[in-house]
Amino acid sequence: MRKIWKTALIATVPVMTGYLVLGFGFGIVLRSGGHSILTALAMSVFIYAGSMQYAALGLFAAGASPLTVFFTTVMVNARHLFYGISMLDRYKNTGKYKPYLIFALTDETYSLVCHDTPDIAETDRTRYWFLVSLFNHIYWVTGSLLGAVIGSLVRFNSEGIDFALTALFVCVFVEQWMHTKRHAPALIGLGVTAGCLLLFGQDQFLIPAMLVVAVLLCLMRGEEHNA
Amino acid sequence: MRDSMLWLSVAIIALTTAALRFLPFLIWSGARRTPALIERLGRVLPYAIMGMLVVYCLKDISFTAAGDFVPAFVACAVVVLLHVLRRNTLISIIGGTLCYMVLVQLVF
Repeated sequence: MRKIWKTALIATVPVMTGYLVLGFGFGIVLRSGGHSILTALAMSVFIYAGSMQYAALGLFAAGASPLTVFFTTVMVNARHLFYGISMLDRYKNTGKYKPYLIFALTDETYSLVCHDTPDIAETDRTRYWFLVSLFNHIYWVTGSLLGAVIGSLVRFNSEGIDFALTALFVCVFVEQWMHTKRHAPALIGLGVTAGCLLLFGQDQFLIPAMLVVAVLLCLMRGEEHNA
Repeated sequence: MRDSMLWLSVAIIALTTAALRFLPFLIWSGARRTPALIERLGRVLPYAIMGMLVVYCLKDISFTAAGDFVPAFVACAVVVLLHVLRRNTLISIIGGTLCYMVLVQLVF
């Protein structure tokens, strides 16, 4: 048990860096918009989706209608459908942990649980996933609270430290690349998303990208089947 | 925004996000067998998703001035290089992030 704690803690250090910083930033911006510490806490505990929480700040400021809030959330967070689909099998037999594992499946948690962990025994995997999810959640809530409470006091030039999360995804991308000989899925994900970004712009590229990626991956599967 | 509206919005965002996370598990769960197509999609998706996420993180960069895109691209290259050479996630992330911070704070 002790070993799982340690492994999960070490695995989540990159996320800790990113979440503390991004959460801190979120807390500061939320407070400067005139909202309470309780709002910061509630959002980070119950929404627990970084990019959407940042997007929410704009919605609050604009006094967006409930319908706008709903559709924006679907646009920004639709990618979570993909995480679910690709974790169906892994999270199948996780028992009482399952609801929390699914609730806490953020981009960063996904990047840590979507690949194999050879040093974790089969029987310990559920606990390991649970700890990774829980630690990340704690980092995010802690960062947001600190930002909301003491954010205005801190003077440290942390500009650019949020790159830690980008670096984490690049790392996982490289790691996966070296693990497989079939690079088509990775290239499709990268290429199609970049293409859609150029074509549709930064506010609307995600959903078209998801659709095209899903269709291409399904077609590719067909090819493989025939071969 | 009034307080009641604010909390309503928070609730909508929380429930919608959770719904998106739970939906695949609700549709394809338990007794019903997952269709083969979805099963295979699930197996190749992680590779495609990481590519998507990398682009998603870089979505705000522009190409109008060197300072807008050079730090991100150089730092990404550093992460790739470090990871291929050392294969240690922590080293790659710390190296890449330090490189990025130096570039945006001191160089550009």
